[in-house]
Amino acid sequence: MEGTLIQKFNKKSQKKKSWNDRLFDIAVYTTAILMILMIVYPLWFIIIASFSNPTDVTNGNVWFWPKEWKVDGYIELFKQEIIWKSYLNTIIYTVVGTIIALIVNIPAGYALSRADLFGKKWLSIFILIPMFVSGGLVPTYLVIKGFGLLDTFWVMVLPFAVSSFNIIIARTFFKNSIPDTLWEAAQIDGCGTIRYFLTIVLPLSKAILAVIGLWTAVGIWNSWFNALIYISNEDLQPLQLVLRRILISNESLLGTASGELASELRRLSEMMKYAAIVVSTAPIMCLYPFLQKYFNQGVMVGSIKE
Amino acid sequence: MKSTNAVEKNTQITPDFPNKRNYLKRMKKSLPLYVLLLPTLILLICFTYIPMYGIIMAFKDYSPALGIWNSPWVGMKHFIQYFHSYQFGLTLKNTLYISLYSLFVGFPLPIALAILCNQMRIGMFKKFFQVTTYLPHFISTMVMCGMILIFLSPSTGLIANILSIFGMEMPNLLSKPTLFSSVYVWSDVWQHLGWDSIIFLAALSAIDPTYYEAATMDGASRLQKIIHIDLPLIMPTAMILLILRAGSLLSVGFEKVLLLQNPLNLTGSEVISTYVYKVGMQNFQYSLSTAIGLFNTVVNVIILLLVNWLSKKLTKTSLL
Repeated sequence: MEGTLIQKFNKKSQKKKSWNDRLFDIAVYTTAILMILMIVYPLWFIIIASFSNPTDVTNGNVWFWPKEWKVDGYIELFKQEIIWKSYLNTIIYTVVGTIIALIVNIPAGYALSRADLFGKKWLSIFILIPMFVSGGLVPTYLVIKGFGLLDTFWVMVLPFAVSSFNIIIARTFFKNSIPDTLWEAAQIDGCGTIRYFLTIVLPLSKAILAVIGLWTAVGIWNSWFNALIYISNEDLQPLQLVLRRILISNESLLGTASGELASELRRLSEMMKYAAIVVSTAPIMCLYPFLQKYFNQGVMVGSIKE
Repeated sequence: MKSTNAVEKNTQITPDFPNKRNYLKRMKKSLPLYVLLLPTLILLICFTYIPMYGIIMAFKDYSPALGIWNSPWVGMKHFIQYFHSYQFGLTLKNTLYISLYSLFVGFPLPIALAILCNQMRIGMFKKFFQVTTYLPHFISTMVMCGMILIFLSPSTGLIANILSIFGMEMPNLLSKPTLFSSVYVWSDVWQHLGWDSIIFLAALSAIDPTYYEAATMDGASRLQKIIHIDLPLIMPTAMILLILRAGSLLSVGFEKVLLLQNPLNLTGSEVISTYVYKVGMQNFQYSLSTAIGLFNTVVNVIILLLVNWLSKKLTKTSLL
């Protein structure tokens, strides 16, 4: 008798619980779907707007699909020599800058991960200080000017290649995933530190190379402020600075005109804005889902730093 | 590892062994590691530590003709000039306001999102949700600001068009100084919310499942599990991130503020770092700009140490 009562009670509470659970699930998934819509829709809108007639866009006639397909924006954008030039510049800065950053940050991370590095504590502090203190804008500018780096290719890839944060991430990675015994074995076989690092450690560390490489690449691709300060030569400008003229300063790359032509120019400039956003952001957006694994790993590796 | 042990043993056996030679020996052993560190150290010295020497400009009247060293000392003149200027109160107020605002909004929301994501049971949906919420993080600041300007345009923007369906009128958000901080903070939330949650999601996935099982046995609801298991266990991660954020309290996302600034919203958008940029790179008052920048750095370091100390006392979590 007693047993059946308890069973009954259990059944009842279970039923109640599953109802609670279901409500909870509904709340979770509704919120999630709303959030996805809020993120995807603006991005989708930019894409369809870049293929639409600007007057349709501004009058609110374009919502989910272009009213009539137009590619004038893209055509005019690609007619501009400066877009091609700056795009190429950005690609070169990204490739060279990423390689330099890897050369500078990965070996340093490895050296700091070794327990037998003499003076490790002071070297770590020396590398960590720049995370919190810096000379500031003007002193840095004057030093770079003093080195004669203003308006050169190198100012975009060299001075800011060291990242204390990335060095720490690399150090943590090496500490956790390269066993000390490996080094001892290599030593017995007569392998020197540098050869050991290049031929044994690096091939085992593709994950950290990918993480830091990708992060640096995205950072350089998106950066513009250094170029604004240190580059005045138009031939060396990265894409983001040209975007600044189009998107922020509202400047028309097509020049000025009067009368009927003026409104046509305004229309084209408006389309070029959307096209420029798509063209500059598409590479990263398309690559990202495939590389997601590595990007996320970066955050994880960073999070276990002591 | 082995070699250091051997050296230590050595010193124990012969306590009067000259320490200096010992150091030299260990330094010599580390020589290849120094080679690996060399490029990094050179770059750091050239582009971080030499500029730090340039900070003394803040206490001098710098003139390019004389150079940093030969320019005359003026003591605290530039600091006093800044503290007495109208811009001091304005930039300090705006900087603190914007960064506290984004701290209070931008800190708890990623935790909430991570917990939400952790509750999803359909693997495919969860993955899709993550990929989409991370996506905006990769948009460059420039493009992001371009999008903000396009969407918030008061007459023709997307939001204005949506509002007009409901018969509402769109105010010009970017021309009102009081609304600037909201535009800044909420667009940041849109862009970085998903990404900032990754770290909490990792902390959540590290929680031992037996806790949940025990809670289920005791009849805890899912909400109770969140409050009594999830939240306390991700607190240490949250504290570390809070300390790090507090350390940069006076350095608001400078690039974004600069791009969204316009003459109309300037009284609500001028922050210390944009002011440093304008004074230094546009007005060429190098010494004044350096002084303001130094003030900013010093306050940042003090806040960092303070929050770190406080957190050590309260939660036993600390960075240093």
